[in-house]
Order: sequence, then C-alpha cells, then structure tokens
Amino acid sequence: MNWTWLHRFGSPPYFYRFAGRWAPWFLGISIVLLLAGLYGGLVMAPVDYYQSEVYRIIYVHVPSAYLALMSYTWMALAAAIGLIWRIKVCHAIAAGCAPAGASFTAVSLITGMIWGEPTWGTWWIWDPRLVSQLFVLFFFLGYMALRSSIEDRDRADRASAVLAIVGLVNVPIVHYSVDWWNSLHQAPTLMRSDGPSMPMAMLWPLLVMIGAYTFYFVAIMLMRARAEVLRRERGGTWLREELARAA
Amino acid sequence: MSSRPSALAAAVAVLERDLVLAARRPGEWLQPLGFFVLVTVLFPLALDPEPTRLRELAPAALWVSLLLASLLALEFLFREDARDGTLEQFALSGQSFTALLLAKTATHWILTGLPMVVAGPFAVLALGAPATAIPGVLLAVLLGSVTLSLIGAIGAGLTLGTRRGGALLSLLVLPLVMPVLVFGARATARAIAGDEMAEAILLLGSLGVLSLTLAPLAAAAAVRISME
Repeated sequence: MNWTWLHRFGSPPYFYRFAGRWAPWFLGISIVLLLAGLYGGLVMAPVDYYQSEVYRIIYVHVPSAYLALMSYTWMALAAAIGLIWRIKVCHAIAAGCAPAGASFTAVSLITGMIWGEPTWGTWWIWDPRLVSQLFVLFFFLGYMALRSSIEDRDRADRASAVLAIVGLVNVPIVHYSVDWWNSLHQAPTLMRSDGPSMPMAMLWPLLVMIGAYTFYFVAIMLMRARAEVLRRERGGTWLREELARAA
Repeated sequence: MSSRPSALAAAVAVLERDLVLAARRPGEWLQPLGFFVLVTVLFPLALDPEPTRLRELAPAALWVSLLLASLLALEFLFREDARDGTLEQFALSGQSFTALLLAKTATHWILTGLPMVVAGPFAVLALGAPATAIPGVLLAVLLGSVTLSLIGAIGAGLTLGTRRGGALLSLLVLPLVMPVLVFGARATARAIAGDEMAEAILLLGSLGVLSLTLAPLAAAAAVRISME
C-alpha cells in the first residue's frame, strides 16, 4: 500500500495549507449539526418521565464528557507519534488538542454539577466518574503547565509527550481506582451491550450533538495546530512565500 | 580497553555512591522525614483530639502526609547530578541509562521512603490506632512508598529543565499517584479496623509492580529529554 499521502501531513507547509483549507468547513458542519441537535434536543425531544425537563442538559453534558476523553486520547496519540518518529506537526497537533480538551472537561464537570443539583440534590458528589473526570482535567492542566514552563520548543514537545503517554496509561488506573468506591452516578445509558436504553426521539439529537462536538473539536484543533506551525516556522522561506501568495 | 562492568555492577556502584554521598549530608534526606512527622502532627491539632475521631482520620492523615513528603523529597532526586554533569556521564557511560537511573531511584527510596515506612506505624499509633494495625500499615506504606518513588522519578525527570520545579512537580505527580492514596488509605483503614486487607494490599502491590516495569523507562526518557 502507498502511504505517501499520509507522510505529506508531516510536512509543515502541507499541513498548514490543509488545516487552513479544511478548518472552516469542519466548523461550518459543526454549527449546522449544533443547530439541528439543539433544536432536536431542546424542542422536539419528549419530556422525560422521571426527570422532566432537567434531563435536557444531557445534550450538552454527554458530548463534552465524551469529547474530553476523546481529545485526551488524540493528544496522547499525536504526542506519541511525534515523539517516536520526530514529526513536529504531530507535536503541534497535540498542543492544539490540550486547551480544547481541557475546556470540554471543564464544561462536562460544570454541566454535571448543574444537572446534579436538581436530580441528586447536591452540586458535587465524590462519585468515581466525577472524580476521574476531574483528574482528566488535572492531566490536561499538568500537560499545558509543563509545556509552557520549558522554553526550548523541541524539549517542551518531547517532555510533554512523555507526560501525555504516562497520563494515557494512568487514565484507566485512575478510573478503576475511583471505581472502587460505590457509585451514585447513574449507569451508562449509551454504551451498553444491549443497545442504548433511550427512545429514538431522545437519542438522535444526542448523537447529532456528539457529531457537532466532534467536528468542532477537529476544527479548533486544526486551527490551533496551524497557529502553532505558524509560530514555529516563522522566518521560514516557505511561510514567507505562502503569506506573500495569500496577500 | 578494559571490559565493561555488567549493568547490575554499574547499578550497584551508583547505589553505593549515592548512599555515601547521602551519609555525608544527612540533612538533605532527613528533611522529608521531619516534614512527614510534622504534617501528621498538624492533623490532630487542626481537628479536636478526640480518640475515635482521630482514629477515623488516621489513614487520611498518614497518606496525605506521605504523598506530600515524598513530593518534597523528589526535588533533589536528580537535580544535583544534573547540575554537576553526573547524569551526562551516566548517559555517555555505555551502560543502560534506565538501569542507572533506577539505581538512583532505589537509593532515593532507601533514603526517603524507608524512613517513612518506619515512621508510618508510629504516626498511626499516635493517631490512636491499636498496635495490631502495625504489620498491615507497615506493609501498605512499604508498597505504597515504592510506587511513589518510581512514579515521582518521572515527574522529577520532566521538571529537571524547568526553572520553577516545585509547584509544577506537584501538579504533574499528584494526579498520577492518586491511586496509591486511594488503595493505601483503604488498606490502612482496614488494618486499623482489624478487617481483611488482602484486596487493598494486592492492588497496592500490583501498582508497585506495574510502575516498576514501566516507570523507569518513562523516567529515563524524561531525564534524557531534559538533558538535551
């Protein structure tokens, strides 16, 4: 099989152009899906029998919780590829994932708290899933803190990549160690072997929202990685030509 | 050229060297122990010294102080050797860098972890635990402190190249060692209550084995990156 199409992404000029071309499209798709998902979730979906209207926060909460873990995985994978094959673009992508992932994690925690108050009667409980999500946030913050505290860019890339990989190994351990406590959190509704336990009318807006968040994440990640490439390659000849052409 | 000593011989040489150096500067490795004892003492002072209350608090006080003290001790795991070029010599020696750093981590554990293993049961006794809890607490702290040193070495390696190490080190290491806190505190609570503690001890042990296999590789990679 011919892999040259993949290798091209390792070249900063190619990636710079690719990200510039596609990020607006992904953002556009995300906005369309977001509008459809929000309309479906907030207006069309039926009221829940037990939780009445409050459950609708699920359309913001679940996608952000899902994307938080997703972006951590992407970040660690990109960092690992960058570390192993010394591809600078991958480090830029990893750096682009971190702030987006940290905000998804924060959003999932905050919406979870807002949801928890009316349904559990408390803003915060020491429940395994809440705590592991909190620790994912700490991993993101640690990653960004380490990256920003090393001045040499190449060293910052590689040191933070090691941290991201260690963190990825640690996420399941953290998860299971807090799982050891009894859980108050409701059992998963989406990822079950016997299929989702939600009626279709409630489910489709959720899936659309997950799609919207995913496209949003990809768009933001591409934009940030592009800015990172721009910052690193400043003074490079190709960049000067590129900018001259754009002007 | 004379034949190169084996990796084990080299690691033992590093271990001996670090022990000799530490024996000449006892203040350095005694500080974390002092810190550990002091923090444990602060807990009853912050709460009221009612015995049942204290006994409930003992596992939490023990493990939080242990985590913080081991964090404090990590500051000088690699710093001195990075400054005077010893680590560069390690990297150039042709020996396994991972093995040499593991030997350094082992010395570090002997100097800072082991005293806390000894002090741990006393701390728990002072917090109102019965003497029957001593073997269990000893075992839990023994297993837990090994993991703390091994995972801490990764953080120490990563922050070598940064100017303000302390706060960053805690931000990196504390989330990673949180499982040790969970299982360690649970094992200690079981030991104090006189319950079956096999489950928590086995989980602590598996964390130790896992970090012994993976953490030295990550620590070596981290130190290598920081030295460039």
